[in-house]
Amino acid sequence: MSVANYFESLDYGPAPEADTNVRDWLKSHDASFGHFIDGAFRPSKDGKTLSTHEPATGDELAKIAQGSAEDVDDAVAAAAKAQEPWEALGGKGRARHIYALARMVQRHARLFAVLEALDNGKPIRETRDLDIPLVARHFYHHAGWAELQDTELADHKPIGVVGQIIPWNFPLLMLAWKVAPALALGNTVVLKPAEATPLTALLFAELAARSGLPAGVLNVITGDGSTGAALVKHDGVGKIAFTGSTEVGRIIRAETAGSGKSLTLELGGKSPFIVFDDADMESAVEGVVDAIWFNQGQVCCAGSRLLVHEGIHDRFIARLKERMNSLRVGHPLDKAIDMGAIIEQSQLERISALVGKGVEEGAEAYVPDIATPDRGCFYPPTLLTGVEPASTVATEEIFGPVMVAMSFRTPDEAVELANNTRYGLAASVWSENMNLALDIAPQLKAGVVWVNATNLFDAGVGFGGYRESGYGREGGLEGAYEYLKPKAWAARKPRKPAPPVPVVEATDSFEPMAVDRTAKLYVGGKQVRPDGNYSLTVISPKGKVIGEMGEGNRKDIRNAVQAARKASGWATASTHLRAQILYYLGENLSARTGEFVARLSAMTGVKKSDAEREVETAIDRFFTYAAWADKFDGAVHSPPLRGVALAMNEPIGVAGVICPDEAPLLSFVSLVAPLMAMGNRVVAVPSERYGLIAADFYQVLETSDVPAGVINIVTGYTKELAKTLADHDDVDAIWAFGGSDVSEMAEARSVGNMKRTFVDNGLATNWYDPKVAEGRLFLRNAVQVKNIWIPYGE
Amino acid sequence: MSEIIPMGETGTSAPGLHGNAIARNPGQALELDWVNEIQVNRSAVERRCTTLGGRRSVKKDAQAGWLLKAITCMDLTTLNGDDTAARVRRLCAKARQPVRPDLLEALGVADRGITTGAVCVYHRFVAEAVDALDGTFIPVAAVSTGFPAGLSPHDTKLREIEASVADGAREIDIVVTREHVLTGNWQALYDEMRDFRAACGEAHVKAILATGDLRTLRNVARASMVCMMAGADFIKTSTGKETANATLPVSLVMLRMIRHYQERTGHLVGFKPAGGISTAKDVLAYQVLMKEELGRRWLEPDLLRFGASSLLADIERQLEHHVTGRYSAYNRHPMA
Repeated sequence: MSVANYFESLDYGPAPEADTNVRDWLKSHDASFGHFIDGAFRPSKDGKTLSTHEPATGDELAKIAQGSAEDVDDAVAAAAKAQEPWEALGGKGRARHIYALARMVQRHARLFAVLEALDNGKPIRETRDLDIPLVARHFYHHAGWAELQDTELADHKPIGVVGQIIPWNFPLLMLAWKVAPALALGNTVVLKPAEATPLTALLFAELAARSGLPAGVLNVITGDGSTGAALVKHDGVGKIAFTGSTEVGRIIRAETAGSGKSLTLELGGKSPFIVFDDADMESAVEGVVDAIWFNQGQVCCAGSRLLVHEGIHDRFIARLKERMNSLRVGHPLDKAIDMGAIIEQSQLERISALVGKGVEEGAEAYVPDIATPDRGCFYPPTLLTGVEPASTVATEEIFGPVMVAMSFRTPDEAVELANNTRYGLAASVWSENMNLALDIAPQLKAGVVWVNATNLFDAGVGFGGYRESGYGREGGLEGAYEYLKPKAWAARKPRKPAPPVPVVEATDSFEPMAVDRTAKLYVGGKQVRPDGNYSLTVISPKGKVIGEMGEGNRKDIRNAVQAARKASGWATASTHLRAQILYYLGENLSARTGEFVARLSAMTGVKKSDAEREVETAIDRFFTYAAWADKFDGAVHSPPLRGVALAMNEPIGVAGVICPDEAPLLSFVSLVAPLMAMGNRVVAVPSERYGLIAADFYQVLETSDVPAGVINIVTGYTKELAKTLADHDDVDAIWAFGGSDVSEMAEARSVGNMKRTFVDNGLATNWYDPKVAEGRLFLRNAVQVKNIWIPYGE
Repeated sequence: MSEIIPMGETGTSAPGLHGNAIARNPGQALELDWVNEIQVNRSAVERRCTTLGGRRSVKKDAQAGWLLKAITCMDLTTLNGDDTAARVRRLCAKARQPVRPDLLEALGVADRGITTGAVCVYHRFVAEAVDALDGTFIPVAAVSTGFPAGLSPHDTKLREIEASVADGAREIDIVVTREHVLTGNWQALYDEMRDFRAACGEAHVKAILATGDLRTLRNVARASMVCMMAGADFIKTSTGKETANATLPVSLVMLRMIRHYQERTGHLVGFKPAGGISTAKDVLAYQVLMKEELGRRWLEPDLLRFGASSLLADIERQLEHHVTGRYSAYNRHPMA
């Protein structure tokens, strides 16, 4: 077209970004890459390779190595060798390196941006303006944590060798989210980039080495899922950090159960985008564009369920359709597009199939009449209206440029619809009424809530999910802890085997009490008979029968969870009230010291003075968590925008607690109290051997104003009850202490709803040592952080 | 989005600018409910503006075409205390021939009769400018109503408009009384604007909101809507004399109001950003914003004007660069 033509048409014309430098870089490697291990590229031991392609054209970009278990061994060995000197460098020494990485990314920003756009298919605008600047930001921010580590995180140490597995949707950004904190805090890394998008990670590793990062500190191993599986299984890895599908996250959880590996999972989502009738509608429409047509909708936190107030629904949808007509889809290196290519054919087919299914189930699809390239892997922006919550497309993550729309009548219903999902990654709330927006945000089950915004990210603000969207946070201090372990905690030793259960003396009767007392279960604020109506015998170390306690079964667990679920008021009760009740529990326990001392001595055979110490420490522990209840505050982050991000510590919900046999009263209190303090409801399974101590506790509960359902106690066979709790899909967290087998089972069975787990892996906790047995570690495990982004300005 | 509304489709009889006729906005009753429900989220508006530059790019031949179009949308302006008749004549000569003929030839648009959209002066020089532009289609625009502060007596403002129209001004750029907006007195704003429009008669009226004085985007949005209801043909950001001039966020808000008004009434209202738009890069950003928010139709001079004095010189340099491949200098282009 000529100038004169453009003068008339005012079309945009072609505006391609040059790819010469990237092609030159590929050529310099003969478009063929090995793994990056111990500071250098090396081919797979078995010589196997894979190809990576340009989604926009289907052309092959490069050959990459297909990693085998042997290659993973090499990478882990290199990382292990490098770890000690890397840790010994100290925070300040590492800060220099991480800073150098940030500067390196900035110096090569365009090379990274173009390579990412080619390998992934996303628009150069996004890689250039969003991905790469955020990558640099993450390294800057974490250079800061390294700098401050020796003073601010002095009681923690690095985990060691970390295995990290990242997805194809933000290849280099996910590398930064994982590598920056891990390295900054003294770990070394084996990173496996996605099979479809390995190139920016390889470029990063090469340039990092050139900028002075010691060999072995960062290793990149390429390959398909089997390579990732080998990394997950590897014994030399202390932690796995994974971002990807919930399906794979589940497999990783099950695979690492009982291994003692710490785990961060960033999984799928079906995030709501809620528009109230007092929103700036034009901006909300633009928000939808940023929510679901950013990165072709291949975003785990994409706002993909549009919930619009019924009164403005039709106007909003009409305007949204009009807006869709001006979206442009094209080659990723075209500087005048909104959307690029879908990652690969199989994804395209999956998106098509789901949209087809949606239409089949009654939705109406709107696809604007806009041009898409003839060649390559492209899918047009799509809006499905008339979708019901029961539709497949309303529940399944589509992971493509497809928005599904529904309406709501009231704020309550908006929250209900928003939370009507197995996921809980992000949410977006649009309203000009601050009262409304700040009322809704805490009610949403999501790790990130954006008020009048969407898809905002920053290295200083934690990111991560609730529910089946995973656990752990990335970014900020909340993310830093994921790559550390408390020194005191790390010093625990394996638990000594329990003494054998004594043989009951020939006299099979127990000393009669003045009046018979029946130990039942404690559910919903009442003592109830076990469903099966069986009892277990509790025997003293000398073989004397001390008493009987209820034998709870699956149904008792079910009832207890139901009661706990109903006690939702505890989560929103004031922290002052929760503190008062915890103090009151301590007070009432104190009043019964004699009774508990006697029981402990009789059951466990400890000296009276030891039993007194246990009761005394248990009282202290209640006081400790009463003190914490109104002090474990969140944070106000300052991301680079006019506004704030509120990091709120929210209760997880209903937690199952499996207690160990040692210090049966103190361990029970040490596990239950922090959960209560943070607003969780608890279903506790006390020590199998000494469960009567919990039964004695019912009367303390009954006299301490604990609302019904906040604590429920089911005595019985630990493994059977733990299994039911870990399996239960309405239990949000499980804490399992007592034996490595129980830990493993709890972790393995937590995958149904991806509950948060906190286990001891059979390591003994000294419940008397506050450094190990109380405080921030327990509190952090008792909450999940929600970050509410609030940009402001009139 | 790029569909062009054909001439006369909306049933006009009034002659439009450059003969590309659309119906004038007749205005309508003041609807306060509609004004008060307007919401603007500043952060979200700014985000849209920040990212737009990366979403659209106009390069090479397309850029030259767009810049030539921008010239046709330019209100070539002089509004200074030291203006004289000769200064205004020089400006008019530039308006007639804004780009060196050899450049137009090289760009293949010599036959397009490219002139600026209008010449904009104070009332005192209207007659001079009309005379200097005799034989062209270039209208003369007069700033009026006690420009720039707009604090003259209301009747004086109306007489000022009438005098400029009598002298041959075909466009009147009025300023609103900011007090009405700042105090939320929408009825007073509406009445004032209604009177201005009536006083203009056949002349088109551009309502200057002086957005820098209004401070908040919500004020800008509501004032835009009230002025359109009262019959403004154009809404315009600034006089160029406030401390803050046209910005993309202010413009985005005004464009969205223009779209709402069109949706509800069917009438097309024009937009004129003014003040501080001095580079080719700036003007392209505004053109992209217009095209994305309102569509291709709003890139023509009957719906888009740029109030500018130094912008043209920068565009000329860019056009020469496009022709020669070498960076240009100001002294190679005749001054206005």
